[in-house]
Amino acid sequence: MPATRRQAFAALAGISGAAPLAARQAIAQASSRSEAAHEPGANKVVGLVDHEANGFTPHELLTEFDYGDTSTSPDGRTVREWTVTAVDKEIEIAPGVFFPAWTYQGRVPGPALRCVEGERLKIHFVNAGSHAHSIHLHSIHAASMDGVSGPSLVEPGTNFTYEIDAVPFGCHLYHCHALPLKRHIHKGLYGALIIDPDPARHPNNLAAAQGRRHGTAEHGRWQEFVMVMNGFDTNFDEENEFYAANSIAFAYANEPIRVARSRPIRIYLVNVTEFDLVNSLHLHGNFYDYYDHGTTLTPTLQMVDTVMQCQGQRGIIEIDFSRHEPGLYMFHAHQSEFAELGWMSFFDVTDA
Amino acid sequence: MSDGTEEVITRPSGGRFHGRWLWLALPFLGLAAILAVILIGRPLEQLSASAPPVEELSVDAVTLTPGLISLSVQADGSSPVTVAQIQVDGAYRDFTAEPSNEIGRLDVATFDIPYPWVEGETHHLVMVTASGATFEHTIDVAVAELSASSAAIGQMILVGLFLGFAPVAAGLLAYPAMRGAPEGTMGFMFALTIGLLGYLFVDTLSEGLEVAEGALGRLRAGSLVWVSMAATTMLLIAIGRRGGRPPEGLALAAFIAFGIGVHNFGEGLAVGAALGAGAAALATFLVVGFAIHNVSEGFAIAAPLTDEEPGLLTFAGLAALAGLPAVPGVMLGATAISPYWTALCFGIGAGAILQVIIEVGAMLIRRSPPRGAMTVVNLLGGTLGLAIMYGTALLV
Repeated sequence: MPATRRQAFAALAGISGAAPLAARQAIAQASSRSEAAHEPGANKVVGLVDHEANGFTPHELLTEFDYGDTSTSPDGRTVREWTVTAVDKEIEIAPGVFFPAWTYQGRVPGPALRCVEGERLKIHFVNAGSHAHSIHLHSIHAASMDGVSGPSLVEPGTNFTYEIDAVPFGCHLYHCHALPLKRHIHKGLYGALIIDPDPARHPNNLAAAQGRRHGTAEHGRWQEFVMVMNGFDTNFDEENEFYAANSIAFAYANEPIRVARSRPIRIYLVNVTEFDLVNSLHLHGNFYDYYDHGTTLTPTLQMVDTVMQCQGQRGIIEIDFSRHEPGLYMFHAHQSEFAELGWMSFFDVTDA
Repeated sequence: MSDGTEEVITRPSGGRFHGRWLWLALPFLGLAAILAVILIGRPLEQLSASAPPVEELSVDAVTLTPGLISLSVQADGSSPVTVAQIQVDGAYRDFTAEPSNEIGRLDVATFDIPYPWVEGETHHLVMVTASGATFEHTIDVAVAELSASSAAIGQMILVGLFLGFAPVAAGLLAYPAMRGAPEGTMGFMFALTIGLLGYLFVDTLSEGLEVAEGALGRLRAGSLVWVSMAATTMLLIAIGRRGGRPPEGLALAAFIAFGIGVHNFGEGLAVGAALGAGAAALATFLVVGFAIHNVSEGFAIAAPLTDEEPGLLTFAGLAALAGLPAVPGVMLGATAISPYWTALCFGIGAGAILQVIIEVGAMLIRRSPPRGAMTVVNLLGGTLGLAIMYGTALLV
């Protein structure tokens, strides 16, 4: 084998040797995994990720929304501001496997920026990385704010403020648009941009809009999760070695996502997987409604158990488990390859 | 060292001798100084500051038992290589590592991967290191490890006997005919022998070099093949000529038998490896091919004996020397020994054959009439020897 297989390297200190065991026990509890019953071994990664060293846990990524700081402009409009910093950071994407990532705020995916339709958004972007980066928002905005060229493409050590209106409402994404594009995206520069509908603008669909708008009573009963479907090409051969929702392979299989069956579930699902044309989410034992791009208040797909998204596509999934018996309900990419390489998860539906 | 210095000062008579040894230490002191500058002064730090590690892994052996894949993996690199995760057929799998999944330079670790592998099918393994580098290994045809049952061992011994001993013994049966051959055909016979051995030499050497590529680069198994070949040749020539005369007659026949024996050990390794790697369906075919191929090895052993009166026991001994090494070869090969040691075996085999080519050639020249050994008849003999070996090799 060629000695040219050189890879950026990780400090090996602290990698536990052979396999262990808390994670394995978590899986052992996942009794609904049929394969465990009749196959030797298991489809899993061996060991545990040091989430503390990463600076984030997969379960935080799932439920954390970054609402920024709000103020009111002289004309009475809400102005929402964030400061987002790009930094180079090595992250452990699977137990013992370290990836030299480029990140927003030291995490992959970057913060899930959340705002409300019609607000004025100001994103102060600081490039503390080693290459030129940008924030290219999937929204309706001016060319000068596009993050492709000119001042909005930010050289290392400099900064730029993106100012846009929060339109259209929906489930969107942002990512770096510096060239080479594939490398800048798959190295980790992406995140969700969620624009809640303003109920005042949707009198005909008021209940649906209120259910989506954070801060309302109707919204309070929802259990919301952000899932950015991604992959990592650790040997830089333009094929992903690991797949996941929110970066860490098998994270929600080792530690299922606990949900109360009495409350509805909403997933903001974004696909930023590079190299593979599509990704998908398939849910076991249930069907759901899907809102492509989240830009409508009525579902674009009803009663499905699998949705497919191309690169950059995203949408909202709404699931009702209220009439199900409690237990572990699996969900994963229905590309079996992705599932077996890490994009495998469970809802632990509890009787609450 | 201080002893020597003392003697230089106190005893000038013996000092010259000890002084000379002392001077020999100078280059080592120089080297120590160079290493001290590099390792302590670190003038090359700039070069390696941001350099990623070099990682290399080689799979030495794979054994399959029901529901389990076991890998023996050797590592090399600028620092220990950690196998963080393992894919089997594009899926991450549970595994355990012994002694550890962090493998030091040139150390070996064993990985046990519970997996429902499928008899007769191909399985792909990918090892992912801590740095995200990947190393692939393919199990071409999955078959269970040959068990250590007496039946399996009996089978392997049988394969080895059919492969080596039986055909060589059959070839030796040509002896009466060769002995009865007219005087002028001796040159032809020796030339034929050289041709036969020449093919075996090339074959052994190229197989050794091929298998060497599977070993870690740092081990330089390719160079080892050449070096072990040269060393073996020189050693055997020295042994053969220890009495001041080159070997002839029975001694030469014994050397030829030994060289062929080492070669057949290598052939046994190849057949054993084929059995172990799931080419069992090919076993009969392989053994038939090698048997035909190896009959002519008997001719080569018999050729120097035409002036002698060897007994039956001598023939049996020669056949055993040339043919029996195939038996342990098959058994070792079936247990999948590492490419490094296999390459060494082939290197020694090639060296042993080269020695007898040299000795048979020398004898041919000594016995040739003044016009030289390069007669048309001799050239025909040599060519025929090569052609026979090449032709029968096509059967394997």
